[in-house]
Amino acid sequence: MVDNKQQWKAWLYLAPALVLLLIFTVWPIINTVRMSLLENYSGLRAAAGETFKFGFNNFIQVVKYKQFVQCLINTILLTVLTVPISTLLALVISVCLNSIKFLSRFLQTIFFLPYVTNSIAIGMVFAAMFNIVGSFFGTQNEIITTAGIINNVIEFFGGHRINWINAGSTYAANIAVMTIYIVWNALPFKILILLGGLQSVNKQYYDAAKVDGTSRWRVFWRITVPLLSPMIIYVVITGFIGGFKEYSSIVGIFGETMGPADASGRLNTMVGFIYDALKTNKQGRASAAALILFGIILVVTLVQLRWSKKRVHY
Amino acid sequence: MKVTLENLTKIFPNKNKSGSEVIAVNDFTYEIPSGKLIGLLGPSGCGKSTSLYMISGLQKPSSGKIYFGDNDVTELSPEHRKIGLVFQNYALYPHMTVMQNILFPLQNLKGEDKLTKDQMIERAYEVAKIVQIDEFMDRKPSELSGGQQQRVAIARALAKYPEVLLLDEPLSNLDARLRLQTREEIKRIQTQTGITTIFVTHDQEEAMSISDEIVVMKLGVIQQTGKPQEVYDNPANLFVAKFLGTPPINVFEGKVEGGKVIIGSDTVADAAGVADQEVWIGIRPEGFILDSKGTMNCEVQNVEVMGRDVSIVSKHEGSVNPTIRSIIDADFISKLKGTEAKFTIKKNKIFIFNKETEERIRIGE
Repeated sequence: MVDNKQQWKAWLYLAPALVLLLIFTVWPIINTVRMSLLENYSGLRAAAGETFKFGFNNFIQVVKYKQFVQCLINTILLTVLTVPISTLLALVISVCLNSIKFLSRFLQTIFFLPYVTNSIAIGMVFAAMFNIVGSFFGTQNEIITTAGIINNVIEFFGGHRINWINAGSTYAANIAVMTIYIVWNALPFKILILLGGLQSVNKQYYDAAKVDGTSRWRVFWRITVPLLSPMIIYVVITGFIGGFKEYSSIVGIFGETMGPADASGRLNTMVGFIYDALKTNKQGRASAAALILFGIILVVTLVQLRWSKKRVHY
Repeated sequence: MKVTLENLTKIFPNKNKSGSEVIAVNDFTYEIPSGKLIGLLGPSGCGKSTSLYMISGLQKPSSGKIYFGDNDVTELSPEHRKIGLVFQNYALYPHMTVMQNILFPLQNLKGEDKLTKDQMIERAYEVAKIVQIDEFMDRKPSELSGGQQQRVAIARALAKYPEVLLLDEPLSNLDARLRLQTREEIKRIQTQTGITTIFVTHDQEEAMSISDEIVVMKLGVIQQTGKPQEVYDNPANLFVAKFLGTPPINVFEGKVEGGKVIIGSDTVADAAGVADQEVWIGIRPEGFILDSKGTMNCEVQNVEVMGRDVSIVSKHEGSVNPTIRSIIDADFISKLKGTEAKFTIKKNKIFIFNKETEERIRIGE
């Protein structure tokens, strides 16, 4: 412990960070609460000297807004789909990576690459993979179309091409593309955490299981998963938080229309809704939506932590 | 179950730059009699744990054979060897209760060995009673003391009714008091169950106190095997003499000349029939008798009173260590006068060893 005489020194050293935190984190949070409680607050009109009356109108408006409900459904759907899939996949991949010796370092690097790649860039590549595009640049100036790599593969195996993301595509196809993309994008971080956890598990547990003739399946479910449970709950919670903040992945695939050309905004998310409100100078509504999102994340996280207390060991 | 080791050798390929291999266990041949408690004893890195893990099947020998009874189990995987293994840090599953830990190996049983749920629970209580942890069945390992965890680990190993029980440094994680208690416990469990038990330790006192036989190892090579007292009374070489016994044996540089053992200028014992040569001389602390006519003259530094005994710390020119330690019955300490102690040496407590090979030179053979 720092004794009392030395405490001012500690505060002095903390001061630069604290000042920045106060200005850029604490104040914006307080300001968000303030703006959300001022009815129809708009930054521009506030600058012009207008005053706003206090009330919960922003929240009521947000919830009544049809677009908001769609955003909420999209967000929850994507989160609920991607978090379990990516967690399970990451778990399987980490266990496999941990059990091989040959190429394990190399494969770890490969699996980690998406983490250091810009998500918009990944989105563009994924869009190209799923996109059906035509152009006039053939030798006879005829229209050349490609159905995208994924459809080519499907057709190679005798299936029918699917309109994934273009005009006329179905909501289900859109969600499928987003799920694949988000899962792929989420894997590296989860693998990193779970692999780290696996490597710190005492090898003697496995030796003990081996002496007892435990089957691989039982070792996985009765030993590996319980011992990894703190890491698993960590990636699930951060996964849910990330899922509720989903935005740039949609932009990456569909662009700022947040949906296929004929149904723009169909895949908009909570964060997208907040951005839209900010763009149209409705800071009051944006703040209210942000606080609702915060409330949802808080409740979900608390529920998970409560649940994990019963299930997670240590 | 009799366990026979035949020329057991384990070579680890070395990963360091020199590229030389490490011979962890070298040509280990030994027959472990059925139903006995055997201590594998040696300093760290002597290959005792490697030997144990080869017997368990978790490590494959580079060459040599292992027999359980008359069956060659060298190529058999651990789960088919009918062994129970207790790890140094117990390796209890932290997320399971004591009950679940003990049940775990039973739930793996297949085929004709398969037990019903009731049989498993009955078996779990049976082994838990043997190690006296049946009142803690619902606790997690973290809620138990080190000694209790140790007992759970033994119960888990016993649950499958193993024919051989293997213990890796079973007492090293316990405090001194618990160690004393637990080693008696291990002896009791072994006697009660009659299972052939092999345990590994670096603590000679531990091995001596409970083993029926000990195997002393050094750098992968067996130095000596036998009943603890026999090995102590009759060490095969300087290493064994030094390794066994607390306080340790006093080692001197000296010579044999004209059938006498001479340290410095003192003639301390007869060595009839031994050729003149430079030797190492070992004298057990309890081998000294205070005697005004004694031939070994030591300069007393300190006298430590231990109640029943008195320990005299003294100096001698021939001693390898800075001081020598002799243990004298407290009744005789009055014989000590001044700073010079004269000792005669008990015949059976002095050993001489070849200067080069450090092998024992037996007197009168």
